[in-house]
Amino acid sequence: MVELNLPANSRVGVGKTINVANGAKRAKTFKIYRWNPDDGQNPRVDTYIVDLDKFGPMILDAIIYIKNQVDSTLTFRRSCREGICGSCAMNIDGTNTLACLKAIEDVKGDVAIYPLPHMPVVKDLVPDLKHIYAQLASIKPWLQSQSPAPSRERLQSPEDRAKLDGLYECILCFCCSTSCPSYWWNGDRYLGPSILLQAYRWIVDSRDEMTGERLDNLEDPFRLYRCHTIMNCTKACPKGLNPAKAIAEIKKLMVVRR
Amino acid sequence: MASNTKTLRSPLAHVRGLGSAKHGTEHWWGQRLTAIALVPLTVWFVFGVIRHLGADHAAFLAWMKSPFSALMMILTAAVTFHHAQSGLQVVIEDYIHVEWQKLALLIAVKFLSFALAAACVLAVVKIFIGA
Repeated sequence: MVELNLPANSRVGVGKTINVANGAKRAKTFKIYRWNPDDGQNPRVDTYIVDLDKFGPMILDAIIYIKNQVDSTLTFRRSCREGICGSCAMNIDGTNTLACLKAIEDVKGDVAIYPLPHMPVVKDLVPDLKHIYAQLASIKPWLQSQSPAPSRERLQSPEDRAKLDGLYECILCFCCSTSCPSYWWNGDRYLGPSILLQAYRWIVDSRDEMTGERLDNLEDPFRLYRCHTIMNCTKACPKGLNPAKAIAEIKKLMVVRR
Repeated sequence: MASNTKTLRSPLAHVRGLGSAKHGTEHWWGQRLTAIALVPLTVWFVFGVIRHLGADHAAFLAWMKSPFSALMMILTAAVTFHHAQSGLQVVIEDYIHVEWQKLALLIAVKFLSFALAAACVLAVVKIFIGA
């Protein structure tokens, strides 16, 4: 059955409070999920009260400031800090998004920060992505062909290239998949919106010659048909893409090819 | 997400699993078709019942004795139960993760749906031929 209660060792407790906003004109409170695999303790939420004039405008600026100046044990992933690497995906103010693209001023009141929902946690805000990366590998996200390799680049008409718009921009941050209840309950077999969007990106690519095999691989009650058009994926995507539409297109192709 | 720590299988082996079932499309398409069919059937059924509010048993029998009503009633019952069992199958597959419980529930839902559909059809036929 669906587990509605967290296991006893997952109950989130109240952690420490650190106030470094002495004399601040603009103080803001960040409540951040912490879990350390090495100390045998339950997860906890630590509270940091900081001065917004000490760092930049984004959530990522705040947690980098906290790590550098306040509490170096805080653990999270980040790299490009401009919304193209997908590393800093986390649950901020109840919504999955990229910390680097989310403005602090868009959060009313205290800022709650948790790791991406329903993924195993490595530490603090770092989710374990090895299963979802294996799911990505399983759809073979690269160009496959039957014809002999050409002596020059594979040509694509501007019209066919346009079909990849809204798909190629995906940065694999997994905000969508981890916002999807179907992926929460059945993520071991359901591929989830991010992987299905990637699958469709290769299904619709005019240069790829393995479309049928790709559809064969997806035609499964769990891999594809656990999508019940809940649409959380499209709502969550920090890049403004529409994974739900990509999944719907795959379902249409399944019917067309019967 | 289920992560089994008692195995050293690679994540890709776990994901590839038993492979694609290569079905599911007929089920998905069937759900849409029955949903579309139920729009006119349900409208007919609801209006039919409202029209007979307060009517006596004889009036209902007379209604079901018309070939059109009998046909529509048989279609409504058959499509409703087909749609219901296929929708419940999805709900069970979504939420029940213990294999024997899932199987038991699926069997119970399918048997019950087909039995109820058959009972409805039999009732209409019985009225229609006036037995």
